[in-house]
Order: sequence, then structure tokens, then C-alpha cells
Amino acid sequence: MSLSSNQHLRRYLWPCAGLLVLFIINAIISPEFFHIEFKDGRFYGSLIDVLNRAAPVALLAIGMALVIATAGVDLSVGSIMAIAGAVSAYFITKGVDSLALIIGAGLVAGLIAGIINGFLVGYMSIQPIVATLILMVAGRGIAQLINEGQIVTFDHPGFAFLGTGSFLGLPFPVVLVIITFAIVQLLTRRTALGLYIEAVGANPSASRYIGLNEKAIKMSVYCVAAVCAALAGMIAAADIRGSDANNAGLWLELDAILAVVIGGASLMGGRFSILLAIIGALIIQTLTVTIILSGIPPKYNLLIKATAIILVLLLQSPLFQKQLSQLKFWKNKKEMNNA
Amino acid sequence: MSQVVLQLQNIHKKFPGVHALKGVNFTLRAGEIHALLGENGAGKSTLIKVMTGVYQRDDGDILLNNQAIFPNNTGDAQALGISTVYQEVNLLPNLTVAQNIYLGREPRRFGLINWTKVNQDAAQLLKGYDLDIDVTQPLSSYSIAVQQLIAIARGVDMSAKVLILDEPTASLDADEVQTLFRIMRDLKARGIGIVFVTHFLDQVYAVTDRITILRSAQLVGEFETATLSRAELIGHMLGKELAALGEHKPQAHATSGDALLSVQAISRQATLSPTDIAVSKGEVVGLAGLLGSGRTELCRLIFGVDKKHSGNVTFHGQPVNFSSPRDAIIAGMGLCPEDRKHDGILGQLSIRENIILARQVKQGWWKFISRKEQEEIANNFVKELSVATSDIEKPIEQLSGGNQQKVILARWLAANPSLLILDEPTRGIDIGAHAEIIRLIRKLCDQGLALIVASSELEELVAFSNKVVVLRDRQKVTELTGDEINPQRIMQAIAAH
Repeated sequence: MSLSSNQHLRRYLWPCAGLLVLFIINAIISPEFFHIEFKDGRFYGSLIDVLNRAAPVALLAIGMALVIATAGVDLSVGSIMAIAGAVSAYFITKGVDSLALIIGAGLVAGLIAGIINGFLVGYMSIQPIVATLILMVAGRGIAQLINEGQIVTFDHPGFAFLGTGSFLGLPFPVVLVIITFAIVQLLTRRTALGLYIEAVGANPSASRYIGLNEKAIKMSVYCVAAVCAALAGMIAAADIRGSDANNAGLWLELDAILAVVIGGASLMGGRFSILLAIIGALIIQTLTVTIILSGIPPKYNLLIKATAIILVLLLQSPLFQKQLSQLKFWKNKKEMNNA
Repeated sequence: MSQVVLQLQNIHKKFPGVHALKGVNFTLRAGEIHALLGENGAGKSTLIKVMTGVYQRDDGDILLNNQAIFPNNTGDAQALGISTVYQEVNLLPNLTVAQNIYLGREPRRFGLINWTKVNQDAAQLLKGYDLDIDVTQPLSSYSIAVQQLIAIARGVDMSAKVLILDEPTASLDADEVQTLFRIMRDLKARGIGIVFVTHFLDQVYAVTDRITILRSAQLVGEFETATLSRAELIGHMLGKELAALGEHKPQAHATSGDALLSVQAISRQATLSPTDIAVSKGEVVGLAGLLGSGRTELCRLIFGVDKKHSGNVTFHGQPVNFSSPRDAIIAGMGLCPEDRKHDGILGQLSIRENIILARQVKQGWWKFISRKEQEEIANNFVKELSVATSDIEKPIEQLSGGNQQKVILARWLAANPSLLILDEPTRGIDIGAHAEIIRLIRKLCDQGLALIVASSELEELVAFSNKVVVLRDRQKVTELTGDEINPQRIMQAIAAH
């Protein structure tokens, strides 16, 4: 079994090493980075902030990991965040007080979006990038319609708890990520669903002969992705106590895809790891914090982020690893010749 | 005899786990139409890909007009004068006909493409092929037949000495085929050597001068079309010598009479005419027939991969109507598909996962087979079928063809079927694994499993079948039992005309 455990570990090696390196850099730049304080019943500190800020992208990445495993992609999750935020804001401003009803409405809105995506991709065989592009564009428009073109603010302490509350000392968004992770992990790894998703991603045609319902599996992953996005959207709305259809979740679909890819997944489908996707989201967020802490002018942010991400991806690329080892090989050979 | 234009000598090509060409020779003369024949997996397409530079040979020589050539890609081959036209036209559907014909070699004036000349020349060129069409329309606005002629015109215009036509007639109707043949004869008269790959034997006799036959990655021989009978031809393609598989001995326990599976008049438009087939417990029913005879189509219809348009299926005495493979699996069937790479293996997934999936589907997704049980199942089958691997966690794509096939067989056996359909189970695997799979089929049948095995290898069918159903032109032509099951009878039934 040595091979299997090796392969398994190797998948975790680079993303974890990347995160670790970033942590160390942060600790050097700012010794305060690992300092965590407990006051008023919750933890405070840079590390906690990273976790808290990474929560929306981590939620998106959980769903995106499943979608990408089926060789798909969901560009609409950012817009679904905006829709879910707008729907819950609408219910609150209309005087609905029941938290279950408000959150339920947001989640149902997400589910409907997911069904639309799943239908287009799974049952209509439209390319995922095009199918979800529709809702990426239209979704934000729908959110604007719900908000009637305004930024809708509200005051609902119960709902605000989603974004700013804490539980067992942890920010509540972080708790939500942990719960979502646990549920999705349970669903995919304690039942055969995870294996089915990987099978459909690895070879859709062979999956059909095995009796897998490719359409239904695709439908379900887009639904999970959309519901995760709705949850993230409500966290974002709760955080600012308002719904901003233009900016809520803007471009976050790209961060989510990046998080999954940094986690070592292939856009060609197949193997997925939700934990690695979350680590990917943490890397993206930590990087942002690193740039801020290091005092580099903000105008360099995007470039530095891009460079760091290219490095992580290169290190994971089998081709690059091979060429790197060949480089070593030639160097050794040269030294041998010289000696 | 006219001059030799292209000569392949002792060509070897190996892929991981497969020796796809074992010292094949091929000789093409100027001004001849030369058929290249063989069943799927015989090595035809590999040989063509070696000629056209898609693959590089591992050993052997390619001589074009007595000069050794080493094409690295199709562009190289084309520049040397070897053009290929595939069944699926490999031109650009969005560009115009004229743009396609002069793609990459457009006539220029002052460094800019002279579009007027492109269009004029293209129209002129196509007139030579009796094609009077608007060359400024996109290629995709014309039928496949016309597109093929355009591809041929392009190939020949690039000073082709050798023209390879790979299954060009598969999607043409009878008239279009005649047009194509007329043009092939024209080109032949102009001294071009034409390699014609097809699985329609009528067409071989209608148009070719010589035939080269491949089987199991080896050359069977080169023959004059005029002197080779149809039965001999099929014999060469399917192999008539009874190999070391042992004599056929009809199993005594078989055919208890009560049918396990009974299929009546199953059909699907354009793929299979109404066909009957019955299988009893512990019986092996062989499906014989050439490529395109309807073997695979019948398997797919029974298993619910394709929807049947008519017919009744009774399984275990119950009328059934499978709308998907899942229904068939739950009812107790399994199907090992013909195209292992495309329809069989889940490349990235481990041997263990590949083995347990069908059983998992049968049980339902919520009743997850525990990791421990999965490992037990996988290890048992790996041992029982002697899959050569050190580790069941290895991705299946790292195994050789024969071992992959064993894993796919294990997948279905793990699901505990009462009927297993094997479509070309020994395609493209080495001799050792081949014999093992035949032995396994016999053993399974002894254990009471019913099997339907489609195969293009006659000696294989003879070695294990209790009954052979022969298909031709998408319908059943006869059913052979007992002493009738011998290569000659099967061959006659396939060839009868």
C-alpha cells in the first residue's frame, strides 16, 4: 500500500507547503500574525481574520470542487451570491422576522439557480462555461431587479449573526464553512456519491455503461454549488447588513475556481478533494493579508497575487516537475563530466 | 507490374502494454487501388498513422520512391506526397471550400493572399472532379460526400503520389459511392497509388486491384483481388487455423431448455433489423459477423444502452424493458463494451474503484461499500483473475490492455450477474491474456453463468460457444449449434451472398 499512501500524501504536499510558507512569511513580516486573543467570548487575531475573510470563497470552493470534478465549471456562483443576498434582504425589508424563513428563502433561490444550471449542463448538454455564463450575467440583473436598483440596507440582528456572530469563540462564517464541509464530506465520502462524481468526470461514456445517471449527477453538483453560493451570499449580506446587487460576490467565482485549482484539481475532471479546495481558498486569502501586512503599495496587489499563484501552479504541474528534475539531471551530469 | 511507390518494411510499433504492429510489410504500386483490410484492432489504423507521420515507427523502414522517409507529422507526410482523407473529413468546416483547398499554401500577390485566384483555382480544380459548386460557401454547407471529394481534391492537388482513403464510404449512399469510385479510378489512371481502407467487402471487389490483410498486429499477406475468393478473404481476416485453444467440446450441462434471456424481434432504426436471440443458464452464445454487421448494436440494445424501437425481452421469465444500463445491472446483467478505453475503463480511478463500481450501482448509492470490503473484493478478483499489479490503488490506466480487460471483467463479476455480455473481450490484448480470458469464459460458464460473446475471431467463438448467432448487414442470418459450430460453417454464413 506504500504507493497509495504516497500518492495520497503528495496531493496534499504542495498546497499545504504553500500555505505554510505564506504563514511563515507573515510571521516574519509581522510577529503579531500568530497572536490570538480571547476576549468577549470570541477569539481575535490576524489568523482568525484570515479564516473569517476566506469563508465566502471557501464555501464557493466546496461546491466548485464538485462541479470541476465532473469536468464542468460554474461561473454563476458570484451572481447567485448576489441573488441570495437580495432575496433575504427583500424578505427582511418586507417585515418577515422568522430567521428560518429568511435563510430558507435565500437557499431556495440558490437551489432554483442550481437547477437551471444543472438542467442546461446535464440535460441540454450545453457547455458548462456557456451555460453558467448565462446566469452569471442574468443573475446580477435579477438581483438588481429584486433590489429595485438600490442598495437595500436592513436591520435584523438574527440575520446579521450569520456574518458577524460567533460560536464557540469562532466567527460564525467559519462555523458555517465547517458545517458545510462536514455535510458535503459526509454526503460524498460516506456514500458512493463522491465516487460517482469522480467516475463521471473521469470517463462519462464508461460511466453510462456502469449504469450511472450522468445527467442527475451533474444536476446535483450544480445544485450543491448554488446552495453553497447562496449561503456565502447571505453571509456577505449579513456582514454589511445590506444587499448590494452590483458588488456582492463580484468576481468571486474566479477566486473559487482558482482555490480548487490551487488545491490540485484538474479542470478536465476526475479526482476531487474538498479539503484541498478549502486550503486553496485559505492560500488566496492569506496571500491578500500578506501583501497588506508587508506594506507593499496596494497597486501591486494583483500582480503579486498572480505571480504567487503561478508559482504554486507550476510547482504542481507534472510537466514542470519533470523538467525541473531533468534540469537537475543535466546539472549532475555536467558536474560529473567536470570531475 | 508498375513501379513501387510506397514500401513499408518490417514495421514495428509498440504502445504501453500493446504491440500494435509486429513486423508488418506493405507495398503500394503507382496506379493501383490497394485495399487494406482487417478487423478492429488488427493494426490498420496504426499502420496508416505510421505512414502519415501521426505515429513514429519503432523499427522498420518506409521507402517512398526508394527513399527512406521519416515523417514526424501529417504535414511532413503531405509535403512528401502522402495525403490522407478520413471518414470524418479533417478539414475546417467554418472556412470556405476554396480556403480549405488552399489552406497553408494560398497563392500570394505582394505578400497578401490573392483571394480571387484562390477562388478561381479552387473552382477550376473541382470541375476536374465533376463538382460544380460555389467555392465561396463554407465547407459545412455541403454534404459529407462532397466534403470528402473536396478533401481528396485538396490531397491530390498537393502533388500526392499516395492517397490514403480511410473508410471514406462509411457515411455515403450508393450513388455517392459510385461517384467516389469513378474518381478513384481516374486518379489511378493518373498514376496515383491509392490505399483504400474499408469494411465493405463488396466495395473491395468493386474497385481494388490488390488486397493486404492484417490480423492481430501481423501481416496475413498480400493478394490479387481477382484471384481471392470472398470466403478465403474472410478466412484470412478472421483467422481459420484453430490456435492452441483446444478442441471445441460442447458442454454437457448447457442448454437446459428454459431460456434465461429471450429476445424477440429486437430492433432499432438504422442500427439493427428485428433479431431474435435466446440464452439459457450456463450457455455461451457466440455472436459472429464482420465489423458493422450489428453485433455491437445487438449487445447495446439488450443492455439498454440504446433504446430499442421494437421487440420484446424476457429475462428470468419476466418481461423487462430496460431504459438504461442501470436497470439491466439491477436485473442481473453486465456488459463489457468493445471499446475498452472509451467505454470501459475509468482511467484516473484506481483498480479498486474500477472493480467495485458496478456492484455499488447495483446496491444503490446510499449503501456505500466500506473501504475494507472494497479492498477485499478488489484483492480477491485481482488474485482470481491474476491481474498483474502490485497495488490495487494504482490508476487503471497504468495497466496493460489485457490487465485492464481483466479488471473490467472483475467489475462485472463483482456485481454478481446471471448474464454477462462480452463484446470483443480479447480485442487488442496480448496472446497470454487472450488465452486466460478464454479459459475464464469457459470457467464462468461451468459455474452456471450465461454469456453472450461477440467476437470477430472464429477460433475463439468455436472454442467456447454452445450456439453461434451469425449476423450480416445488421440482421441475424443464421444460428449454428452442435457440430455446425466450426470455422468453415461460420465463415460461409458470414460470406454467403
